[in-house]
Formats: sequence, C-alpha cells, structure tokens
Amino acid sequence: MYGYAGKILRINLSNGKVSLSPLEEVVAKRYIGGIGLGMYLLIKNSKAGVDAFSPENPLILTTGPLSGTIAPTGGNGHAFVSKSPLTGGLGESKSHGFFGTELKRAGYDAVIFEGKAEKPVYVWIDDDNVQLMDAKALWGKSPQETEDMIREDLGDYYVRVAAIGPAGEKLARVACIMNDKTRAAGRTGLGAVMGAKNLKAIAVRGTKDIAVAKPEEFLEFVKMLHERMRGPATEKYRTLGTPLNVLVHNSLGALPTRNFTNATFEGAELVSGEYLNKQFVAKIVGCSSCAMRCEHLAIVSEGPYKGTTTRVEYEPLWAFGPHCGVDRLDAIIKAMELCNLYGLDSLSTGNIIGFAMDCYEHGILSKNDTGGLELRFGNAEAMIEMVHKIGKREGLGDILAEGVKRAAEKIGKGAEKYANHIKGLEMTGYDIRGLKTAAIGYAVSFRGADHNRHGAYAIDLKGAVDRFKVEKGRSKYVIDIEDLYTIIDSLMVCKFSRGVYYKEFEDLARYYSLVTGIEMSPKEMRRAGERINNLGRLFNIREGFTRKDDHLPPKVMSTPIPDNCVSKGSYISQEELDFMLDDYYAHRGWTRDGIPTPDKLNELEMDELAYIVEGKIKK
Amino acid sequence: MASIHARKFVSSDPEKCVGCCVCEYICSYEKEKVFNPLKSRIRVVRLDSLINMSLACRLCENAPCVTACPRDALTQSKETGIILVDEDKCNGCGWCIEACDYGAIMIHPEKRVVFTCDLCDGKPKCVEWCPEDALDIVSTDTLAQKARISAVRKLFQETTKR
Ligand code: SF4
Ligand code: SF4
Ligand code: SF4
Repeated sequence: MYGYAGKILRINLSNGKVSLSPLEEVVAKRYIGGIGLGMYLLIKNSKAGVDAFSPENPLILTTGPLSGTIAPTGGNGHAFVSKSPLTGGLGESKSHGFFGTELKRAGYDAVIFEGKAEKPVYVWIDDDNVQLMDAKALWGKSPQETEDMIREDLGDYYVRVAAIGPAGEKLARVACIMNDKTRAAGRTGLGAVMGAKNLKAIAVRGTKDIAVAKPEEFLEFVKMLHERMRGPATEKYRTLGTPLNVLVHNSLGALPTRNFTNATFEGAELVSGEYLNKQFVAKIVGCSSCAMRCEHLAIVSEGPYKGTTTRVEYEPLWAFGPHCGVDRLDAIIKAMELCNLYGLDSLSTGNIIGFAMDCYEHGILSKNDTGGLELRFGNAEAMIEMVHKIGKREGLGDILAEGVKRAAEKIGKGAEKYANHIKGLEMTGYDIRGLKTAAIGYAVSFRGADHNRHGAYAIDLKGAVDRFKVEKGRSKYVIDIEDLYTIIDSLMVCKFSRGVYYKEFEDLARYYSLVTGIEMSPKEMRRAGERINNLGRLFNIREGFTRKDDHLPPKVMSTPIPDNCVSKGSYISQEELDFMLDDYYAHRGWTRDGIPTPDKLNELEMDELAYIVEGKIKK
Repeated sequence: MASIHARKFVSSDPEKCVGCCVCEYICSYEKEKVFNPLKSRIRVVRLDSLINMSLACRLCENAPCVTACPRDALTQSKETGIILVDEDKCNGCGWCIEACDYGAIMIHPEKRVVFTCDLCDGKPKCVEWCPEDALDIVSTDTLAQKARISAVRKLFQETTKR
C-alpha cells in the first residue's frame, strides 16, 4: 500500500498484549483515515451504552494517508476518537505538529487502546517494538514536562509525545491531549479517557520510509499547493491568524460576550488580533511539512504575568476574553498557558468560567461557593484562579471540571439557563443568534457545539444569504460543507488550508489518488464525506441520541440580542429550529426523526451498520 | 581557484526557518525516492517553537571529518569542497560523526555507511523547496557579510530608537 502504512496496532492496557491487523483497502477507501477511519474503528470495537470511562471504551488514534509525506499540513496530523465523556456521543479531536508523522513512520495507520492499566503507564512505540512503561514519575506532571522527561528517559531527542496533564488524570471531562508542547487535541474531553485508562502518554519514534504512488505528479501537486499557500487563500493565518475574527465578529454583532449576554464587546479593540500581533506575538511558526505557518506565539513581557507564553488562537482568546468580559490580553494569555499546563481544552474551560460568572452575577453562585472569589464578568484574576481550580478539581472547580452541562445540573437553581452547550459540548465563539445558517450546522453536529464540523458561519458572514432568516434549502449549503469537512478531517489536512483546494472534492480526490494509488473520483470523494457524516450520526443513534439532541444553547433560543448593532433583536425560536431540522433531515435523506434510512445506508455501502437503525424508524 | 566565492554550502537563516522539515522531506526524496528524515542530508532542529534551524554540511576547510576517518574513506573535493564517501571503505565506525560539530555527517539507516550533503550537483533541492526562503547557498565569506549586515542594521535601529 502506498501512503497508508497498512497496519492497525491494538494495545490492551489491562494485560499488556499487543497485536496487529491489516488495514483493508476497502475500509481505507471508504473511510479515508483520520476521523473517518477512527470513527469506523470505534463503532466496530465498542458496544452500545458503555461508559466513556469504562475500560471497555476504546481510545482510537489515527493518522491519515498523507501523514509522513511532504504533503503540506496533511503530512503532520493525527486524530483521537472515542466515546466522549462530555457528550456521551461521538468524541473526536485532531491535532497537528510532529506526532502523527512519527506514528506513521513507525508503521501504523491506527492504534486502538483497550482496557485499563493497573498503574500509570505510558506507551512507547519504537517502530515494531511496543512496550508499556512505568509512568509513576510522570503522574501529576504537565504534558510539557512529561514530554521532556520521556525524551530524556528514552535518550532520543526525536521521540514525539502526546500526553495528558493533571486535568486528564483527574478525569476532568474537558481535558485534552497535548503534543509538541503547544498543540492540543482539545475538544470532547478525550484527555479524560486517557486518564481513565491510566495512560499518561504515548511516545513514538518511527524510522520507516513513506512512499507515495505517483511521486513525480504528487510533488508537482504539492508545489502548486505551496504556491497557493503563499497566496490570498491562507493570508489570514499567516498574518493576524484566527484572532482576526475578534473585530470582524464584533462589527457584525456576532461576538458572544459575557456568556451570550451580549453580541458585541466594548473591549474588543484591546483583545483584537491587531493588538495581539503588535504587543504580544514574538514569532509565527508552523508544523511539520506546512508551508503556511499559522502558529502565533505570544509572550507577555511585562506586568503580573510577565514571562507567560502560549500559542494563541481565536477560540480560546474569545472564551477567556469577551466571553468572560475580560479585556486584558496578558490575563487571557495566562489563562491559556495554564490550560496547556493542566491539559485542559482552553475553549471549553473559558466557556465554563463565563457560565460560572453568569451564575454568580445572577446570585446562583455566591462567594461561599467560589471560595471567596468575586467571580464577576471582567474579573481577570478570579478567572485565572478558576482555571487553577478546574485543573486541580478543587472546590467549585471540581464541579466545573464536569463540563457546563453537568455542572449546571449539579448547581441547580436554574443554572441550566446559563449553560451554553450543545449535546454537552461547550459553545464556541460565534453568536449564532444572528447566524441562522450556522445555527443548523451547530444543532446537527455529531460532536456537539462546533463551528469546525460545518463551517456554515462563512455563508452567513460573507453575506451570501440573509443571515437573520430561516428558509427552505438553506441546509443544502450546510451539508455541502459538512461533507467537505469530514474529508478534510479524514485526510487530515489542516482546516486552515481548506482555501487552497480550489476545486474542493476534485482537488482532494486527486491528492488522495496520487498518494495512495487508489483511484478516487471527485464524486466518490464527496460520497465518502457523506458516509462519514452518516457514520457519526449512526454512532450517536446507537448511544440513544434522538432529534431532541439536535438543540441549541438556551440563551440562543430565549434571549434576543440586546445590543444596538445590525443583529439587534435576533434569536432562534423553537419553530425556526424545527423548520431547519426538517429541512436538513430531508436533504440528508433521513427520517423526520433524523435517522438515516436503510436505503440511504445501502446507497452509501454501509449495510453492515444498518442494524443500528433497525426498530428505530417509525412508520 | 581559491576565489572567495568558491566552496558554497547550504545554510539556513534561523530568523526565517520555521522548522517545517520540508527540506528534510525533499532531500530524502531527491536522494532516495522516499520520504524519511533519517535519509535526509539536511536535518532540522527545533529546540522549542521559537528556536528552529536546519543544518547541512558546512564544507569545512581542512574538514575534521576527513581527518578523523581511520580508513581514508572520506576525501574532500578540491574544487567544490564536497565531502566524498567511498562506500567500500567506510565501515560506519562513526569517528567522523564525532568530529563534526554540526551533526552534518550521519550514518545511513540501511547502508550503515556515512552520507552527507553533496549539494545536488549545484542545484540544491532543499533551497528550491524551502517555503520560507530560509535556505541559501553561501560561502563562509558571504555568510559573514550577511551576519555583519544584520548586526549593523540592528545596532542602527537601536541607536535611532534612543
Ligand atoms: S524547509 Fe526551510 S523553513 Fe522549513 S525547516 Fe527547512 S530551512 Fe527551515
Ligand atoms: S561533515 Fe561536518 S566536519 Fe565534515 S565538512 Fe561537513 S560540516 Fe565539516
Ligand atoms: S543540497 Fe541537496 S543533498 Fe544537500 S541538503 Fe540540500 S537537498 Fe540535500
């Protein structure tokens, strides 16, 4: 096989047993790699209804067919897939850097971690040699320290590590898995799945060759991508980076502020990408094989947080900034650095603190609950204290580490009204009250609140449609991008590079064929994208999800945008949501309850999974 | 001969290099038709995200690697300064590796003999492919010129700031 390593590694942490199986070509072609392959392996290797923290919930790690080649951004990604401890549905999260490349060179397309180690361990994958190593000395350490210690321990600088921090060890449901110091597989709490398995880290060193099917044409294609990557399609990422969004969203009344109380932020200038670049960004670097370079490394050079450094992206900046009403970038950077050190999903963590602040403002939480903290919107010091508490599961932090949905249930007193999540996953930095196309994508996303599963905000923000209106056929746009995005996440090319595939499915199909030698038409590629979206749906249906789980955060459905801005007064009613869901399901070829029909599954060559919908379709 | 412009080698500008490893990929492909950094003649070091640099053979004067070799497997081309490896003589003992300050001569993972940058017949692939234009083919003299220019520029900026 070209591109693919052709092997799946299975590691049973309970008994240390290691085994190999081949990656079959039909599976490769149907599910591509990355999240697609990971989701397929998950559904085949798990039983319905297992607890996310049970040894019986496998954690799947995958690379993609492009991993380890010179393919820009595709060369370097990896994905984790498991049942999410936050949503109880499909959990998937991707990261880039150098780790995935190394795993591919070690000879694997996927690793399935099963069972649970008796004592803390890390897995050491040294090409064909796989061992469980004692991780006692690493327990309690940050992912960054863990990485250094393992490298030191193994005596090889080129060892790559993905690790969890104290938050993952303590089963914080918003824990992430970090690699290459600043990169996170952040969402859906998979760090806690590692923690539940007593698996502190995965260390990899691979020395094998990666060959592609049509090298000369492939290199020509890559060269063209390099050119495009220096052009306008990626300019945003090379210059201001995603924090560019701050002022854009603010001007459109789409910047969720103070836990979705407002949609504009008076302090936006102070937390803008422009200001960040001028005052804080020390260098912009990139991942292995990438020609874009997007990683904005910020350093705080003065004040109480002097010396703090982290990579900055819009979402966490938003979560700790406008969302918490904080207009101090030094404090935001500090909070993000702490998330890296504890191994917390910074987006979810910031979101939860904003929620807690809202509860405090409404008298649902008091100083008694917060350990004396004045947890008001805008209180940067209290915000940072709360990150520590969540990372350590201390006091109120213990409850908040459960994620916004469970935390609200535990707190009670109507806290649910302020818990902005979908399927249990915390909301991201788009105020969808005035982005009604995006709202469909959010509601149906298989991993919960997520702009990255559909990218439908682009349609609203570009002004291609009336974003304040709900109308028939709108879901068609959403579906198109969803299908494209599942392919992007399965080939594991970086989403920031999506603009360089001018012909979308055609370019991606060609890319795939050049690397793997497996012929794939643009149409088949699109179908694979649709298949993977149906697969995500099937997993959730198997876990008991219904139409009711395609919901929107409470504030989005109850509180019209109050600010004097273009989106004033906008929100989404239940009727509108129902209308959108009907439209979406119909376009997907699903029933009115959102269930893929056996005919649909047959068309997508997924008959083997049709058992999941059996008996669930009402006549 | 002995022109000041002779003996050029591949050097990366740490200010520009982002540690993306494209040079490693293309070098291993050019030389061995596979992607594998272990088979690249140029190697990237990324100490943390802020410090990256790639390194290839510097074509040293009186090359220490050549001197160190106990089997006379290494010679330095008089014309170009490139280190030539006689694969029949080399037994992979590693003395040259120890002698090189840059880690620029290394053992081939399969052939078990050393290999190093040969400048791709004067058309360095890594220079052509580096997406950051961080690589250049320079002589020690032009390298020093560059360093002087950037130092003066910095000093100048500092004095004008005050
Ligand atoms: S290709 Fe250029 S930027 Fe990338 S690592 Fe090599 S020298 Fe540095
Ligand atoms: S291999 Fe090392 S010692 Fe030999 S010439 Fe090159 S840089 Fe100098
Ligand atoms: S000049 Fe050629 S051989 Fe030398 S490092 Fe660059 S690509 Fe490799």
